Amino acid sequence: MNEITTQAEVQFSEEAMAEIRRYISHYPPDRKKSALLPILHIAQAEFGGWVSPAVQDKVAEILEIQPIEVYEVATFYTMFNLKPVGKHVLEVCRTGPCMLRGADQLIEHLENRLSCHVGENSADGMFTLKTVECLAACGFGPMLQIREKYYENLDPEKIDQLLDDLRKQ
Amino acid sequence: MGLKILTEHINVPGINTFETYRKMGGYRSVEKALKTMTPDEVVDEVKKSGLRGRGGAGFPTGMKWSFLAKPEGKPRYLVCNADESEPGTFKDRVLMEKIPHALIEGMITSSYALGARTSYIYIRGELMFVLRILEKAIAEAYAAGFLGENILGSGYSLDLHVHPGGGAYICGEETALLESLEGKRGNPRNKPPFPAVQGLYACPTVVNNVESIATVPWIVNNTGEEYAKIGVGRSTGTKLISAGGHLNKPGVYEIELGLPVEEFLFSDEYCGGIWKGRQFKAVVAGGSSVPILPAQLFLKTAEGTPRLMTYESLSEGGFVSGTMLGSGGFIAMDDTTCIVRNTWNFSRFYHHESCGQCSPCREGTGWMEKILHRIEHGHGHMHDIDLLVNVSKQIEGNTICPLGDAAAWPVASAVRHFREEFEWHVKHPDKATAPGAVYRGAEDLAFA
Repeated sequence: MNEITTQAEVQFSEEAMAEIRRYISHYPPDRKKSALLPILHIAQAEFGGWVSPAVQDKVAEILEIQPIEVYEVATFYTMFNLKPVGKHVLEVCRTGPCMLRGADQLIEHLENRLSCHVGENSADGMFTLKTVECLAACGFGPMLQIREKYYENLDPEKIDQLLDDLRKQ
Repeated sequence: MGLKILTEHINVPGINTFETYRKMGGYRSVEKALKTMTPDEVVDEVKKSGLRGRGGAGFPTGMKWSFLAKPEGKPRYLVCNADESEPGTFKDRVLMEKIPHALIEGMITSSYALGARTSYIYIRGELMFVLRILEKAIAEAYAAGFLGENILGSGYSLDLHVHPGGGAYICGEETALLESLEGKRGNPRNKPPFPAVQGLYACPTVVNNVESIATVPWIVNNTGEEYAKIGVGRSTGTKLISAGGHLNKPGVYEIELGLPVEEFLFSDEYCGGIWKGRQFKAVVAGGSSVPILPAQLFLKTAEGTPRLMTYESLSEGGFVSGTMLGSGGFIAMDDTTCIVRNTWNFSRFYHHESCGQCSPCREGTGWMEKILHRIEHGHGHMHDIDLLVNVSKQIEGNTICPLGDAAAWPVASAVRHFREEFEWHVKHPDKATAPGAVYRGAEDLAFA
């Protein structure tokens, strides 16, 4: 989606706002800031897979905290994308156990298939290729995550099939 | 077939639902505790059980509970540490995914024991699909009257919430987790004060691992004394081991503590041996942060004693010839594994995950990664190997939280046990992997 540049343009859907209110209710009334991470997840899903500065400002407004308090959190945790991403973000685990089962070869295969390097978007904007550290799938590697779904015990053939399926979506 | 406490019903169809879990005897501990026991009696049973924290540190759970500051008008909290991010460890994820009610039952019984009226499960953000499973199960527990106001008419009330993290290994450290739960960066706090005195929102708080909490119902149902009869010595009960790497049958296994490591590794009931008919070269026994051991030293100590899957047996010999059970994250490596590459990979992980608060960790993890990278990529010098050890010593023990130690131990132990492989890499910059295992032999260990 196009970049949202002003806070005024950021409008959460009613469904997302209901979810945000639900999370805020989980914490003491004077500790609303606790809901920051859950709300950033909701915001990222709501606004194209990343959290622009304007989106972060809106989150600060909802929680009645300073924008800097959101920025410092969004930049600390690796799950929040700070620039636009493709339609499908492929997050490949590169840590020890997955490496032992062939993660390096899997990453190389994906770079070739998508004609982009780790950290980049494919030319058609369909994919973003990322590497991540340990996703708690160490017995089922190599693996990757797309949004909330794990794809485990992968090999080049399964990857090719997966990319084909994703392109059709 | 060993005793199964946590995974007995893991393959029962529908065990993720309240109805099936209840049919299989679930939530009995809540009824027993709330109707027939005082909170202190529950704490006493956990103390008697000898249960040790299953997150990695192995601190006695009952003792941790008894440190909780007495009520002074402040609320008390139980926070479940489900931020499982240690490379090699995936047991909590499987438990929550398959039997979410086991954790919820444990949270209710444990919260009652601790006097908590609101409890949180802090789950790593990447496991959003597991969070959805837990939230569904929590809703079922509320609907059945096991959560909320006046549970089972006992007068005890509890709210339970799941909180997603944002992707930071450091949030597995309990004080960093609490900072994160408060909506801040996950920077570990200085201790003391410990969370038992000043935890979440500066209130008395207990932080326990998923597996520890899920074990509490069995202890309440069967008594702590019965639990203490399982296992060997101070390693009581059963333990979930996540087995990964070059194994024929990777996966999560529940073992009775005291099982011989050789049986765990090679028997068909468990890991089924090394894959592709290859030789066993090395193992990381308790998650990536514990010292790596060569195959020979994993199976037997330097004195020739067969090792058992216990906290004590695996650490026998200290860090010179032993390791740790840790979180039970078991990573086996076959004889084609490049130890230098593996060490570089883990070092990169810790550099990536350092919160940056303490200089030795922030600078040292990056420095070690760079040295290992250049050795692995054919640009190393012989003096780099001693430099690695030196840097690891400068980090160890010099940081607020244990991430510094976690980064230092794998590097120091890899050089200690596989020094020739590092030297081989320096001498053969054009070769990717050193040939075969180059374990120094037990006789050298005294001088390591």
